[in-house]
Amino acid sequence: MNETKAPEAPRKLGAKAPRTRLSKLFDNRWAGLAGLLIALLAPFVNASNYALSIMTSAAIFAMLASGLNIVVGYTGLLDLGYAAFFAVGAYTSGVLATRFDLPLLVTVPAVIVVTVIAGIIIGAPTLRLRSDYLAIVTLGFGEIIRITANNLPVTGGPSGIYGIPSLTDSPVTFYYVTVVIVAVAIIGASRLGRSRLGRAMRFVREDEDAAEATGVHTYRVKLAAYIAGAVWGGLAGVLFAGHLSAISPNSFTFLQSALVLMAVVLGGMGSVPGVVLGAIVISLLPELLRGVADYRYFVFGVLLIIVMLVRPQGLWPARSKEALK
Amino acid sequence: MTLLEVSELRLAFGGLVAIDGLSFSVGEAEIVSVIGPNGAGKTSAFNCVTGFYRPTGGTIAFDGQSLLGKRPSAVAAAGISRTFQNLRLFGELSVLDNVRAGSHLRLKQSVFDALLHTPRYRRTERACTAEANHWLDFVGLRGDRYSEARNLPYGEQRRVEIARALAREPRLLLLDEPAAGLNHAEKTEMLDLIRRIRDLGIAIVLIEHDMGLVMQVSERIVVLNFGKEIADGRPEEVRRDPAVIEAYLGSDTHA
Repeated sequence: MNETKAPEAPRKLGAKAPRTRLSKLFDNRWAGLAGLLIALLAPFVNASNYALSIMTSAAIFAMLASGLNIVVGYTGLLDLGYAAFFAVGAYTSGVLATRFDLPLLVTVPAVIVVTVIAGIIIGAPTLRLRSDYLAIVTLGFGEIIRITANNLPVTGGPSGIYGIPSLTDSPVTFYYVTVVIVAVAIIGASRLGRSRLGRAMRFVREDEDAAEATGVHTYRVKLAAYIAGAVWGGLAGVLFAGHLSAISPNSFTFLQSALVLMAVVLGGMGSVPGVVLGAIVISLLPELLRGVADYRYFVFGVLLIIVMLVRPQGLWPARSKEALK
Repeated sequence: MTLLEVSELRLAFGGLVAIDGLSFSVGEAEIVSVIGPNGAGKTSAFNCVTGFYRPTGGTIAFDGQSLLGKRPSAVAAAGISRTFQNLRLFGELSVLDNVRAGSHLRLKQSVFDALLHTPRYRRTERACTAEANHWLDFVGLRGDRYSEARNLPYGEQRRVEIARALAREPRLLLLDEPAAGLNHAEKTEMLDLIRRIRDLGIAIVLIEHDMGLVMQVSERIVVLNFGKEIADGRPEEVRRDPAVIEAYLGSDTHA
């Protein structure tokens, strides 16, 4: 009913899965336009503050998923602490906006700089590790960021930051601004994936040694993926801060990291339309399940298990078949 | 003129000496084979040259520049490509994307070109695809270029790996058992392919167990046994070398 993002799709597509080469490009493009259209029209169906709030959250969540997809899906680096970058962005923006009385948009350049630095600080030492070890270290960093925010005076300790100015006064306008920003972010992530750098990320995922042998500086590519993921997460954090106007360490727990990762895996690792669809499902399903009241997270969990059993490759998996150019 | 100069190469893993004072050189557009029984240190020597292993001692120079301490991507940037003994394709990616990897170093495209789809992005992507197709034509790939590389038959995968190495436009190509697992007809095609690569002016170092192929294609053969070089010469010389015969067939005293 109230879908929210750019390249996400009608559910029937999984079944028909068109395979012709030319149609694929159009596929994703039309799916993206259709998703964007649904997102833009949704408020005409239901524009209650409740519905708008949920749709805005879902859009922000889709942006997070498209960012984590660069790290996990394209590059194959398991990151269990992605909420750290979300937190860094939200806090940087929140602190600057409240302390210096700045409009939210003005904090964006600072957020980009800080998240890039955070990406380098966390990535530089950890990306020398492989697979499981990397996952554990990212998990640790995710907790470090949250606990730091919990204890620093400047971040407001456990109660966090209040009174962050929104981008606009009305929830409808904020929703539309969010949709546009998120759509741009998703298109950006998708274009990045199809470029020289995006291909290099996939080479690293498939076989690091072979990638090195063809001249890909694997360490730099992994760091680039990490930085890109950090920037996407950080900018989503700005929207998050503006949306809720209050942030606290509780918003950036391991559960948050796990949910974003779940969206990526559920949708189909490496597939942009897939992870967006996954994010929409993960963020909207608990709301749609309110009917079953206390059992909703139970049902939610069961549904996720069923999806992964039936479609282990994800709802809308990445295809290697490519468009003729 | 010498392109690759390996001298007094030593590689030890703890107490195990894998390569013990190996020296050989490769000239421009020359085909040199490295042969020897299993475990003689052939692939280890490749790994030293391409930066995957750090040699314990000795020097490796390519076109007069030392390769010691360089990471594999830097060695590739210097102009050396390689294939792997047990096929290392990017299995889930398309055949075309596999070969595009070879163009990685020469592709001048920034992140902003990619995000904004600038004319330069379109131009470089087109060029990269055209090159990949060119090299797939060159190696004579018959399979579907748009399907996942892992779905191709084994012999075709070998060709894709060589196309990927060639797309780098190297001056030296290291082939690690390119004919392993190929049938007779495919071996004949491989022989022809190796010669055509050399005719492009690319020097080739070949590790191969198929002696028929080695004898036909090589201009020079280096023979290793237990990490030591026991012969270096033209095929007909090496074939008659008593040390080589002993390494392969064993001597009376040991047998």
